[in-house]
Amino acid sequence: MDIKDEKLKLEFPGQVHPSADGGILVTKLDEVINWARSNSLWPLVFGTSCCAIEMMSAADAKYDWSRFGFEVARATPRQADLIIVAGTIVMKMAPVLKRLYDQMPEPKYVIAMGACTISGGPFFYNTYSVVKGVDHVIPVDVYIPGCPPRPEALLHAMITLQEKIKHEPYFRKAKEDTK
Amino acid sequence: MTNEELKQRFTELLPGAIYDETGEFLNVIINSEVLLPFVKELRNNDTLSFDYLFCLTCVDWKDHLMMVYHLLSKDHKHTVVVKAKITDITNPEIESVSSIWKTANFHEREVYDLFGVKFLNHPDLRRIFLDEDWPGHPLRKNYVDENMIEI
Repeated sequence: MDIKDEKLKLEFPGQVHPSADGGILVTKLDEVINWARSNSLWPLVFGTSCCAIEMMSAADAKYDWSRFGFEVARATPRQADLIIVAGTIVMKMAPVLKRLYDQMPEPKYVIAMGACTISGGPFFYNTYSVVKGVDHVIPVDVYIPGCPPRPEALLHAMITLQEKIKHEPYFRKAKEDTK
Repeated sequence: MTNEELKQRFTELLPGAIYDETGEFLNVIINSEVLLPFVKELRNNDTLSFDYLFCLTCVDWKDHLMMVYHLLSKDHKHTVVVKAKITDITNPEIESVSSIWKTANFHEREVYDLFGVKFLNHPDLRRIFLDEDWPGHPLRKNYVDENMIEI
């Protein structure tokens, strides 16, 4: 009896080091899931001014963002993973944008396209009606400067976002968010 | 009608009117109190017949506000700009012309929104662009916005 109790009390030999990314199973699953997620990002149709023209151009046959998995542009935030804020956001539009962002399911990403979206713009920043940077309203993942940025720049930003998604720990993301 | 003939007609209607022909159109500067009977005559008189209001706006000159009405006659092909001076800048008021030209309805709402001019007898005078609870009227020279950079 004594021996048995002693055996139960025996501790694990050696030291346990918790893996930073959650072990081989989780990291490999992360890789597979992130590969799948990053190659089928569905953008929300959201253009408020001239940057939207370049965004449409990036979607058309010449630049064709469907080569990178963005072709399913959704007209509803409930089916979108990504919102490309293309254009000036005014005070009256800001609550609408916030609402659209809140309606998108997690995980969700934001690309701020063009000078107006980043800082209020080269022309209208000193106005009573313009939001001076969309990051006052929603968190931004990738910024693209330009007025407007060329479709290549938008594609570059979207590929940058894909890189970001590929390197983020998918399983821990939800945990960190709830903290 | 030529500008000279128009001027003659306007002086008959309103002896105190001031004229300015430096711009593209003939300008008639009047007081805001006499606006409504004056433009009613411009609209309804068969020889004048200004049936098209193609621009309605306001200018803030700091010591007074100037309402600007661009009028055109489709029958007679003549154009005039009527400017009505509002001297009370703390509580500016003027008669609405939306009963004469329907298009003035939204234009006057815009002027009310951005300049704070109150249009008397307007059918639906509320803000058209900004939120209902917006403080002040942004296109006034004395408008202060703490988020804007002073130039």
